[in-house]
Amino acid sequence: MSLPKPVMRGLLAKRLRFHLPIAFTLSLIVAAAFKFTVTEPRKQAYADFYKQYDAMKEFNAMREAGIFESVRPSGE
Amino acid sequence: MLSSRALVRGLQSGLWRRVSTTSGMKAAHAQDLDVIDCSVPQYNNRRDTPLPDVPFVQNLNAEQKKLKEKEKGPWTNLTKEEKLALYRLSHELSYAEMKKGSDEWKTVIGGVFFFLGFTGLLVWWQRAYVFGDVPRTLSPEWIEMQTKRMLDMRVNPVGGFSAKWDYEKNQWK
Repeated sequence: MSLPKPVMRGLLAKRLRFHLPIAFTLSLIVAAAFKFTVTEPRKQAYADFYKQYDAMKEFNAMREAGIFESVRPSGE
Repeated sequence: MLSSRALVRGLQSGLWRRVSTTSGMKAAHAQDLDVIDCSVPQYNNRRDTPLPDVPFVQNLNAEQKKLKEKEKGPWTNLTKEEKLALYRLSHELSYAEMKKGSDEWKTVIGGVFFFLGFTGLLVWWQRAYVFGDVPRTLSPEWIEMQTKRMLDMRVNPVGGFSAKWDYEKNQWK
């Protein structure tokens, strides 16, 4: 019953050599996926919104709705 | 304790059955099971300590003492059953027996779900019979007025609340 001597050293190094590249690539992939599915569309949405934004028109609409206290609707 | 005794009894074979079981039970029943003498080293079945401080069977009867004497000679003279009996003298459970799982988790999960359900009943009863009315700010009329005000204020106009409202047609998109 003579078994071969098991590996006694370098166990952590072996594990890291295997798992670290995988960990780094997966993290990069997740970060890239988030950037291109969430942040870029969001930035584009904001850019598109403000391209056609008329501040005075929106302000007057809000004023007529009566939500401001400093300027009441033009009727009063 | 009961299950381990049953295991020991069930897994012995051949002549040495009575050798290991009788003294094994004697070791367990040396005194009252509730009182363990913690001032002396104790036996334990642990996966991380393969060699416990004391052998499982400490009070050897005559036959076991003879076997221990034979153990002092060359081990090639021991039969397979003698080797197994010696193992069972010094260890209560083998690693396979130690590592074997049980079905206890099913009982635990079942108990957890049962008590969650019971708590749900209590919570429902509390909502029905203890709590008073909900404030008027949660009534449908108030919510309507609140939503209209939020749309007037253009809450989250880019990608959120007001972005879903069509201001020309005065309806949800």
